[in-house]
Amino acid sequence: MSGHHQLSGTSLRNRTAEAVADERLRTNVARAVDRFATHRREGLAELEDPDALRRAARAVKQLVLADLPGLLERFADEVLARGGHVCWAPTAEDARSYVVDVVRRHGASRVAKSKSMATEEIDLNAALESAGAQVVETDLGEWIIQLADETPSHIIAPALHRDRHQIHDLFVDAVGAEPALGTEPTELVGFARGRLREVFLAAEVGITGANVAVADTGSIVLVTNEGNGRLVTALPPVHVVVLGMERLAADWAQAELLLSLLARSATGQRLSSYTNIVTGTRGDGEVDGATELHVVILDNGRSDLLAGEYHEMLACIRCGACLNVCPVYRQVGGHAYGWVYPGPMGSVLTPLLAHDQPEAAELAGASTLCGACMDACPVQIPLQDLLLSLRRRKAEAAGTTERAAWTAWAAAWSDARRYGATTRLATWGRMVAPLAGRLPVGRSWGAGRTVPRPAERRFRDIWREGL
Amino acid sequence: MITCVVDVVAPEVGEASVRVLRAAGCDVSCNLAQTCCGQPAWNAGFAREAARVARATLGALEAELDGGAEAVVVPAGSCATMVRQFWPELFDVVGDADDAARARRVGARTYELSEFLATRTDALPALRVDRPVRVALHQSCHMLRELRIVDQPAALVEAVDGCAPVVWDGADRCCGFGGTFSVKLPEASVAMADEKLRALAVVEPDVVVGCDTSCLMHLQTRSDATGAPLHVRHLAEVLAAALPDDAEARP
Repeated sequence: MSGHHQLSGTSLRNRTAEAVADERLRTNVARAVDRFATHRREGLAELEDPDALRRAARAVKQLVLADLPGLLERFADEVLARGGHVCWAPTAEDARSYVVDVVRRHGASRVAKSKSMATEEIDLNAALESAGAQVVETDLGEWIIQLADETPSHIIAPALHRDRHQIHDLFVDAVGAEPALGTEPTELVGFARGRLREVFLAAEVGITGANVAVADTGSIVLVTNEGNGRLVTALPPVHVVVLGMERLAADWAQAELLLSLLARSATGQRLSSYTNIVTGTRGDGEVDGATELHVVILDNGRSDLLAGEYHEMLACIRCGACLNVCPVYRQVGGHAYGWVYPGPMGSVLTPLLAHDQPEAAELAGASTLCGACMDACPVQIPLQDLLLSLRRRKAEAAGTTERAAWTAWAAAWSDARRYGATTRLATWGRMVAPLAGRLPVGRSWGAGRTVPRPAERRFRDIWREGL
Repeated sequence: MITCVVDVVAPEVGEASVRVLRAAGCDVSCNLAQTCCGQPAWNAGFAREAARVARATLGALEAELDGGAEAVVVPAGSCATMVRQFWPELFDVVGDADDAARARRVGARTYELSEFLATRTDALPALRVDRPVRVALHQSCHMLRELRIVDQPAALVEAVDGCAPVVWDGADRCCGFGGTFSVKLPEASVAMADEKLRALAVVEPDVVVGCDTSCLMHLQTRSDATGAPLHVRHLAEVLAAALPDDAEARP
């Protein structure tokens, strides 16, 4: 099981409050994101003109999105021509039931997974397990959170909320590692490698996502730093890909640009350690690769976005750069966001993709609008604008109390005399400040901060008297 | 443009701004028909309400410009950003093309205070303080990332003989105020302030300086509540205190 997302029944406020009280979590998250952010800066500094590359990547993505249905058709035709199967999955349930059906038809009980946020989005593991299959995540971070029955807290490094001591203890408790196993990363990785080797060799079905799908050749590109993508696609006889429909490139020139920016933005690498290209099934004379390939093209709300004002969010290449510079994310970690995608990109995607859950809308408020994410995004998604737009959408559905408050404020402050009266009351009533502690807004501010006092004389009073 | 926060909570920042602008040879006016730029409602998603309030200030600033003022100067980075960057979008969103055009005209002549002063350092008298002051500059997000005002605040601090900016970790990281964020997610907001305060404690500056009273107030009230109060000042106050007729006063 890969844990459960906490969106339903909890509030963003409660989740973030709980997270900031966990000092160990904050330390772990800050250390990891700082490392990623530093490497990203260094990786981009190697380039002559990183902003030119970002503009080019944004342009590529806009071209892709403008022609997405056509590109998807071309991609699907190429997959079919090379012996693969294509499933068009309008909903998460369509995708799940197709994959479960593939696994059942093969009587498979051992499934190896390479990291895929799309499969997290549709909660695929739970469906496979209900169908009697044993699913093992082979990305080290994903295996860790699977053992801990948690959800990923970062889209590139799913277990970054855990330090090596916690991971050591988890290996001992969950999979019988010897307590004498050291806590050095090399020892922990060595242990995991040994266990996961067996998984690769025994797997009957391999399931992956795709970082980029290339329409020209019907290819799937997987990037990992661990090689698990290669093993999951080379060894099991059946390979299932769950592909977010927007993750296309028309040709290899576009793919190359996106992949080089993906690696630099995520970890500062020029290219990930393993870049796997899967084109069709195992060919004559080839010694590895699946003999049966299924590509599930996942919609799950994406085509609705494509047609609307939030289409720019579909340009996201899932690099995690925005998470690594977000001043809120570094304090609360990924679980506080409550759903599959955390940080700035998650604050936009959650209200858009999880819109059936009423608790999703408030994610647009998980931001101070500082803009650091926009500066980091390799495809220049206007995240701040999208968040503001989502807030307007949420405001339209706002309860009467909040709307009444803003209406009253606007009525008062749209005229200098009324503004003067309301602010004069505040200055006359400097007693209000202690009282403010009793009002919800005052309580929220005052829990941890002193309450600022309005001045005896406002600037306008001083000006009138002669400055 | 005085901004509601400075008007009501920190009028001394307004006074200091006026003194410094006059010392730079400017004739300063202030049209009291202004109220607020509307940013709180804009950020909360209540565009129509934001536009109603913004119109009052738009009218006041426009009147000044029409009456011969050459520039609108704002002693707050986020408010300057709202006027220059977001007002046109605000009025477009509420379907008011006329006011969007007016906003573009006003915005084109609107400057954040340090941005404005940095083009007039030659006009300022010699700025100095009696004793060396180590200044930790907090770079507020909107003016930094939207208006791209990066070096001007530090340049102005350096222009004060005796003041020196100190390098500190996360100087350009968000302080956690974020308007309504500060009261909607107060625990996260305070945690973000705490990280800034921890970084400041490492360098032990004499004063924490910024160009946005909202950010400074957030850091000040948190530091006051933790019993380790910081010395926090707006850049305008630092410069005003360094003017010749105030040589004996500490910033």
